[in-house]
Amino acid sequence: MEGWDRNTKSALTQIPLLSTRAGPRDGAAWTQRLKEEYRALIAYTSMNKAGDNDWFRIAAANPEGTRWEGTCWYVHNLRRYEFALQFDIPVTYPATAPEIELPQLDGKTHKMYRGGKICLTVHFKPLWAKNCPRFGIAHALCLGLAPWLAAEVPILVDSGMVKHKDDEASSTES
Amino acid sequence: MEEELKSLLQDVESLQRSQTKSPDSIDEMQQKVVRIMNLAKTGASRRSKVKDMSAEVVDSNPYSRLMALQRMGIVENYERIREFSVAIVGIGGVGSVAAEMLTRCGIGRLLLYDYDTVELANMNRLFFRPDQVGMTKTDAAVQTLSDINPDVVLESYSLNITTVKGFEIFTESLKFQGSQKSGRSTGVDLVLSCVDNYEARMVVNQACNELGQTWMESGVSEDAVSGHIQLLVPGETACFACAPPLVVASGVDERTLKREGVCAASLPTTMGVVAGLLVQNALKYLLKFGQVSPYLGYNSLKDYFPTMEMRPNPQCSNLACVERQNEYIQTKPARDAAAKVKVEAEASAATEGPLHLENDWNISVVDDTEMETSNASSASGALPEGLTHELPSADKYPESLVVGEASPVVDDLEDLQRQLDALNAL
Ligand SMILES: [Zn+2]
Repeated sequence: MEGWDRNTKSALTQIPLLSTRAGPRDGAAWTQRLKEEYRALIAYTSMNKAGDNDWFRIAAANPEGTRWEGTCWYVHNLRRYEFALQFDIPVTYPATAPEIELPQLDGKTHKMYRGGKICLTVHFKPLWAKNCPRFGIAHALCLGLAPWLAAEVPILVDSGMVKHKDDEASSTES
Repeated sequence: MEEELKSLLQDVESLQRSQTKSPDSIDEMQQKVVRIMNLAKTGASRRSKVKDMSAEVVDSNPYSRLMALQRMGIVENYERIREFSVAIVGIGGVGSVAAEMLTRCGIGRLLLYDYDTVELANMNRLFFRPDQVGMTKTDAAVQTLSDINPDVVLESYSLNITTVKGFEIFTESLKFQGSQKSGRSTGVDLVLSCVDNYEARMVVNQACNELGQTWMESGVSEDAVSGHIQLLVPGETACFACAPPLVVASGVDERTLKREGVCAASLPTTMGVVAGLLVQNALKYLLKFGQVSPYLGYNSLKDYFPTMEMRPNPQCSNLACVERQNEYIQTKPARDAAAKVKVEAEASAATEGPLHLENDWNISVVDDTEMETSNASSASGALPEGLTHELPSADKYPESLVVGEASPVVDDLEDLQRQLDALNAL
């Protein structure tokens, strides 16, 4: 667990691990995996709320559970910045992690691949590979998206690339 | 443009007629317009399709220098290239250049896959032009490639192969045989993976393992100074999931690599070199000349080219890979018999004809027998110098332990969904 901050580490250890190695093309085994995903997400969300550290909403956007959509937010200088969040479960899941996208930030930062996919740290993929198939969506959010927001949102706000929605509204009114 | 020029010419001509004696300047104008019209016409004209590849050395023959390979005895039958179908996944810095090379070589059919559009940020690489910004990469590629060589059948697939839907279209398009007769089990002879990320490579690996499709992998490192190509024959060689992916160590200490504010760098040179190595290997494989490399790395900082070979891992986590491995083992007796016949035929031919000393040139940077790892899952210590694993292997963990963790469990998917929805609504 080299390269991770203390909060990420302690959150990670509390998210339930998954056990079914199944992807979206695996029929009944995928349904089993989905149940495990939900259990982990429920536990992680409850934990965040209890710790007053609620920072995302996510739900399956199709009955098969292969597409997920929601929002995530980050508080910087006492103001909350919120972004739409989406990803598909890849056919090779869980061998490969979902590629998390923040479409509103596409083209606004170099720490992003085409299509608004966030650029993960060098530590993410090795840890995911080591723990396959025990890590799921909740782990990807905790290890991938949370550190990305913490690192990039302050830079995006301070450089003016991202404006708070209140400021945007007033500037369009005037 | 042609329309506008025509009307301009008409204007000039009516001006000419309206004057009893037209001034020289108007005559000059008329000639200028006619010249521009001719220029525009030749610019827009494409060469017509060629029915047969000719070896005739004339300026108008686009294939004369390629057919010369056959005359020189490098390739036995170059014309066969027109029978081959190649799929290229990822039309970026490597894939687009590979596509252009195969197009200029006169490949029969190219299937192009990418989900992205051309951006100005791509202009440090080869192939795409600024006027193509905003087009899908596959459509822009078809536009340029069909101009270069109208003989090539081009298919454009703008989709993301990692999604369930995209994967379905991807595998169906690879399977589609069309009307042409061939000895292939799929509709293509070779798949070239030119994608820029691990996730997409794993998807190409999945498709090719399921279809038993031979493919070649290519990659350029995120620091843009090294790359590699790899041949993957399902069941016969290691698949992409048999062992953690390899990278050519650039020699730059990872800890000194500054990653703040950037995801990845790219150089047209490294990408061009890797595209060249990839297509060269593809041509050797398709046209059966030279030695096809199982793995070739490129470290541009040291100009070092490590090679190696990897056997499949019987414990591979990819089920289709294990199935192909079993099939390969079952067909071993037949393969051995065929190989024996071939060796005997060659031996008898050798006693008759003169020896080709050139065949003894077996230059390799590293000794293949040393490099060959008996099992891809073996420790990374067995890797040749300059190669490392990009990712660790998955930890082994006792299954029972995990099962034991889940104690009072809700086992209904809809119940679980409702629980999460309720939490989300708070
Ligand atoms: Zn394998």
